[in-house]
Amino acid sequence: MKTLILRTASNYLLPILLLFSIFILLRGHYLPGGGFVGGLIASIAFVLHAFANGLKDTKKLLKFHPGFLMPIGLAVSFLAGLLPVIGFDEPFMTGLWMHDTIPVLGALGTAMFFDIGVYIVVQGVTLTIIFTISESA
Amino acid sequence: MLIAILTGFVFAILLFFGGKNIVSGKLALLPALIPLSLFIYFVRFIKDISNNEIVHKTYEWIPSLGINLSFTLDGLSLLFSLMITGIGTLVFAYTSAYLKGNNYLDRFYGYLAVFMAAMLGLVLSDNLISLFVFWELTSISSFFLIGFNNTSLASRKSAFTALGITGLGGLLLLAGGLVLGSITGTYDISEMLQHKDLIANSDYYLLVGCLIFGAAFTKSAQFPFHFWLPGAMKAPTPVSTYLHSATMVKAGIYLLFRLSPLMGSTNFWNTTLTIVGLITMVYSAFHCLFRTDMKGVLAYSTISALGILVFLIGLGTQESFLAAGVFIIVHALYKATLFMVTGVVDHQAGTRDITQLSGLRKVMLPVAIAGILAAISNAGIPPSIGFVGKDLIYEGTLHLENSAILLTAFAIITNVLISYAGYVAGVKPFVGKLPEKFEKVKFPHFLLWFPPVLLAVAGFVFGVFPFLLQDSLVKPIVQTTGLNTSEIHLKLWHGFTPVLGLSALTIGSGLLLYFLLKPSKKLEQFIAKFDKLSPKSIIENVVLGFTNFSGFWTSTFQSGYLRNYISIIVLFLISLMGFTLLDGTTYKVDYSSFARITVYEVVILTILVLSIGLIVFAKSRLAAVVSTGIMGYSICLLFVFYSAPDLAMTQFAIDTLTVILFVLVLYKLPKYLNLSDYKMRIRDGILSIAFGGLISILALEVLAQPVNSEISDFYAKNSYLLAHGKNVVNVILVDFRGADTMVEISVLAISAIGVFGLLKLRLKSVERFQK
Repeated sequence: MKTLILRTASNYLLPILLLFSIFILLRGHYLPGGGFVGGLIASIAFVLHAFANGLKDTKKLLKFHPGFLMPIGLAVSFLAGLLPVIGFDEPFMTGLWMHDTIPVLGALGTAMFFDIGVYIVVQGVTLTIIFTISESA
Repeated sequence: MLIAILTGFVFAILLFFGGKNIVSGKLALLPALIPLSLFIYFVRFIKDISNNEIVHKTYEWIPSLGINLSFTLDGLSLLFSLMITGIGTLVFAYTSAYLKGNNYLDRFYGYLAVFMAAMLGLVLSDNLISLFVFWELTSISSFFLIGFNNTSLASRKSAFTALGITGLGGLLLLAGGLVLGSITGTYDISEMLQHKDLIANSDYYLLVGCLIFGAAFTKSAQFPFHFWLPGAMKAPTPVSTYLHSATMVKAGIYLLFRLSPLMGSTNFWNTTLTIVGLITMVYSAFHCLFRTDMKGVLAYSTISALGILVFLIGLGTQESFLAAGVFIIVHALYKATLFMVTGVVDHQAGTRDITQLSGLRKVMLPVAIAGILAAISNAGIPPSIGFVGKDLIYEGTLHLENSAILLTAFAIITNVLISYAGYVAGVKPFVGKLPEKFEKVKFPHFLLWFPPVLLAVAGFVFGVFPFLLQDSLVKPIVQTTGLNTSEIHLKLWHGFTPVLGLSALTIGSGLLLYFLLKPSKKLEQFIAKFDKLSPKSIIENVVLGFTNFSGFWTSTFQSGYLRNYISIIVLFLISLMGFTLLDGTTYKVDYSSFARITVYEVVILTILVLSIGLIVFAKSRLAAVVSTGIMGYSICLLFVFYSAPDLAMTQFAIDTLTVILFVLVLYKLPKYLNLSDYKMRIRDGILSIAFGGLISILALEVLAQPVNSEISDFYAKNSYLLAHGKNVVNVILVDFRGADTMVEISVLAISAIGVFGLLKLRLKSVERFQK
């Protein structure tokens, strides 16, 4: 499916879709969205790129195997849950929130980092499965 | 106290990064500093504890479920902590010489450290749930340690047996703990003590008792679960010393001791413990006679000693608890020594076969001294601490109201046989003539002979000055059972009493037995004939049957065709739901709750039906897959109409990915299509229509039910107040039920690794043949 139109478009679509996925991830706390959907959208972006340019190019673009995203994401989520235990003497996974809000992001809390972890894991899982299957099928 | 427990875990994790360099070479002794510093930490508590103080610390873990990391340091847990860290120090040091140059020494220290930490957590936990967690951790680390020589089949098999038996016990403990928790409303043992009556009068008392017994008997190798312990002797000797004689196998004893004030003093509790302990101690003491492997002899005498402890706890009197407390100390001191001595002999002379070993005192005098001293303490000859311990056992049995003579007789028989085992392992290898082949045996490393000598001498120091133990350790132990302790006086010399006579009788018969009966291969072969009747082979057969059954089950239902799996699942659901729906449900359809049908819905439904038709009658795979995509998207649109944007978004993304995945796989498949025939289609059609019909009925019935919106109201009300979020769905995912999400993403990662492993790492058929 290496058409010129799709290939050219996918080069522009990839960053836009990735930005969109981050947008979806961050708005999740107030509006429809969240880490899970965000992660899926981001993986769709990469899969689209792979469709247009071939898997090799996408892998080159990623520089590392998407499988490594899984432990990273799990660690981010776990640390977000652990932070209250270590820093504030609260039970595991208590939500902590900053008093002031930050422009664009809004209120900052551990839940957001947890969601970022989910985002990364979902991306790692989807891309690992799809890449592995398309390579060996 | 949390730090004291976590040190071991942290150390094990640190070893993961470049531990090889740290523990190999001259720094191999370094890890021993960890148990040593912990030992010193716990020694500092002796004074407080002997003044009847109890140290209590609670860290919140999951407070909403009543599960906390609460730790209690009282007499009982102090004794165990001192044993774990004290003997741990010696074992760590001993290991550095015993496994010198072993390639995996860092792993070994890692497992050992995890075990030590878990064991400390076990004895310090006041909360039954955290106790269970640590309990399982000891089983798991023990599994790794027994299977340390992972190239040997026997070692791996023993490791599995041990894990199977003790792991099963752990699950029983969890079940028992949960029932206890639901009876008393708390998981903290110290709080449960205040609800003692609730437990004793509960309908579930027998159930809890059986579960707790199951846990304790498997862990402490009581008959008929004892057979994993001799198997566990496949582990390197430091492990046998540490886990399988001094600490881990006493976890069951600890549990019974700890729960005695809670559940004891009933006929059921006392009789069961006494009988099981009695059978175990006599049965395995007799087994000692038929072994020629030093470790085998010691394994059976350890089981026997554990039997004595269970028996004493079962008697339930103040004297028997006192005897049990002292005997724990006595046994740890001499049995750890004997194991270490065995290890040295094995390490230097290269064999543990008792029929070959003799005269080794000429080449390793300090080891011989340690062995002989330990054997003396084991036989209960004065002035060792063993003498004090044995006297207390006899006093415990003699002063009983019922069947005192009978029980005392059994105790004497056991003690005679155990003392024989001690002589065989501690004296026999060192006396007599030195055979030629052992003349060139080298003198052991300092760290090999010093720890056993230290322990053996300690046994005599405490024997001569028993008051050293009296106030510091023994009294607080008995105190934890809630009994009066003011009349406890440990003494070496009691004057001429009946107990002294019994003691003399035991020592005499033990010596006589040792001189009359020489261990030989013939005896070992004799007992091997009865192997078929032993609990070990019976349970092995049960396990074999279970494996065969699950093999049959799997080959029947797991055909490997996805369509069959789906049929089975759907069929099962149909029969289950159909049965419930047919069985006395009154059908009523609430037409008033129906909304008016809009144009959008009609359009989407038409698309849905059309795409389903396309799937069923499509002539190519690709067309069918694309139609499933259309169907998925239409359902997403329905979600959008019914205001579930989050669901719709996710569904859109998932549907897209699924279609892509399908296309990726199907693209490469051959064009040849094996379409199902009419019979199969009709069968599948009936199945799907029945299932769809049932779901529709179910949906209509659910609509007719009054709505209970308590839960959704709670989330709607609190999502902004408690979790600062306006999107309730997302707040539930990342906050209210965050732990679920955490587990879910872990599962996702595991499944991705599974896919990767299945497709990438599969062996080529040639490679498989070579294996």
